[in-house]
Amino acid sequence: MNMKKISTVVYALLLVALIAAPFFGAYPVFVMKLMCFALFAAAFNLLLGFTGLLSFGHAAFLGGSAYVAGHAIKVWGLTPELGLIAGTLTGALLGWLFGVLAIRRQGIYFAMITLALAQMMFFVALQAKFTGGEDGLQGVPRGKLFGVVDLSNDLTMYYVALLIVVAAFLLIVRTIHSPFGQVLKGIKENEPRALSLGYDVSRFKLLAFVISAALSGLAGSLKTLVLGFATLSDVHWTASGQVILMTLVGGLGTLSGPIVGSAVVVLLENKIGELGNFLARITTIDWFNTLGESVTMVTGLIFVICVLAFRKGIMGEIIAFIDRRKGRGPGSSH
Amino acid sequence: MTISLPALLSQLLLGLVNGSFYAILSLGLAVIFGLLNVINFAHGALFMLGAVLTWMAMEYLGINYWVMLIAAPILIGLFGVVIERLLLRWIYKLDHLYGLLLTLGLTLLIEGVFRSVYGVSGLPYDAPDALSSATDLGFMVLPNYRAWVVVASLVVCLATWYVIEKTRLGAYLRAGTENPRLVEAFGVNVPLMITLTYAFGAALAGFAGVLAAPVIQVSPLMGQNLIIVVFAVVVIGGMGSIMGAILTGLGLGVIEGFTKVFYPEASSTVVFVIMVIVLLIRPAGLFGKEK
Repeated sequence: MNMKKISTVVYALLLVALIAAPFFGAYPVFVMKLMCFALFAAAFNLLLGFTGLLSFGHAAFLGGSAYVAGHAIKVWGLTPELGLIAGTLTGALLGWLFGVLAIRRQGIYFAMITLALAQMMFFVALQAKFTGGEDGLQGVPRGKLFGVVDLSNDLTMYYVALLIVVAAFLLIVRTIHSPFGQVLKGIKENEPRALSLGYDVSRFKLLAFVISAALSGLAGSLKTLVLGFATLSDVHWTASGQVILMTLVGGLGTLSGPIVGSAVVVLLENKIGELGNFLARITTIDWFNTLGESVTMVTGLIFVICVLAFRKGIMGEIIAFIDRRKGRGPGSSH
Repeated sequence: MTISLPALLSQLLLGLVNGSFYAILSLGLAVIFGLLNVINFAHGALFMLGAVLTWMAMEYLGINYWVMLIAAPILIGLFGVVIERLLLRWIYKLDHLYGLLLTLGLTLLIEGVFRSVYGVSGLPYDAPDALSSATDLGFMVLPNYRAWVVVASLVVCLATWYVIEKTRLGAYLRAGTENPRLVEAFGVNVPLMITLTYAFGAALAGFAGVLAAPVIQVSPLMGQNLIIVVFAVVVIGGMGSIMGAILTGLGLGVIEGFTKVFYPEASSTVVFVIMVIVLLIRPAGLFGKEK
């Protein structure tokens, strides 16, 4: 069986597992949250992993869209699908603004500019009236999809969310394998060369940035719809750091990496207290009991380890291992 | 709207105080980036360490401010040596972004450790007795400590500028920034120079942290908001020029101070707005060279 067949089978199994999950005791809201972050990370990876641009400002797209979608649904009374569209468009617009500015500089400056712009968004969200400041935007109703399907039922919401996330993921896969995606890859590998071949590199980068921001916006809006609130933590720079970590842990530039990475990071953040208690029990070191309050510390440690020793990420290592077993050279990813 | 002159001058001074921190920190970032090609996200955490160490020395050991003004930068410089030898050394050959990610992880780690011990609320630290009073200049009352921060920072910044631009040691450093392999071929110990440069940048950040302890609330998170503003400062100024970094830092601090008087709502965003304007008009930064 070749690589492509294996991965198709794995994705099919994952989809079946997700469809069946609510019937096997998985808490739908938690799985939906996981799916939102997986989409966020996949959108981010489109930029970092497949175009070679490190954006340190993706929190602005996730959080900004979360607020706009929430406001549109709660205050303007839009239906959920219109709210999601409003959020996605917000992400695209912000992405365009950020992109136009940041693409003027290369490399490390690009990261610093996106970070600074996102921090500006954070202060705007902190001071603006409609975001609710420190309290966040609370009590966003799920409403009725197309005015017909009632989403207040967790199970209905779950399948709608699954459909949206799978569709968005397929869009990302399609983008990467399209001629457009090949040009992005060319820019990543050798930008001066892409330029000398006559490609308008800035335009390609900008378009990739807008697509990535729009899909991050979709993830943010969907998260608001599912959870019913949007808070400052979504626009804080740590959310940008978190999505970098998810992508890095899962595997930069692999399709499946962000899915695995986001699951690992979200699960870790949710379960770290229990993990600490468990470690305290087996090692009898009391300090581990406080691990639940030190999520940032553990996140930082994982970052350091990943950068120093584990740059390919989980899926990157697996793909490299399979490639080695087959005796093929590296480079044939996915 | 009428604004009294003393109020304006006091905000100007406060702006200069913040500007001094921007100047020292962006200077350190520029020096480190020049030789290591690493954007040191941990700069904010090192700044925080300077302030927290100063607080800890007073709280637990009764060691005063003046001792820590010397001791904290040395300790943090040594910590910088450890970071460079243990962690950064392995990633120089990789893409720039890994340096940013590694130092980001380090920041989260350091801040996380202090957060788990001290929480996020502020730790009070008083200005040393010799500087705690204020001088009446007639047209305004000058708080001595703030004046001291500005003077001390300027002296350190200008001394750094002098060493890098005018001395033999600085010439090695500049040559190393241009072409490290060639400098190594001339018999200069470049790896040692890299280690010392990082340690020096770290010590500068620690020094700024000590200066900040009595004026900015000491807390484990005090560095992370500052470092993002400093990134914007670096984008505005460009990292090519030492003097440029100093002037940009001070200038932006002053602008921020005035914004607090005339339009307080924008005081937290004004530096980013200026960054946007500079990117539109002069993408390479005010003192940057187009490469």
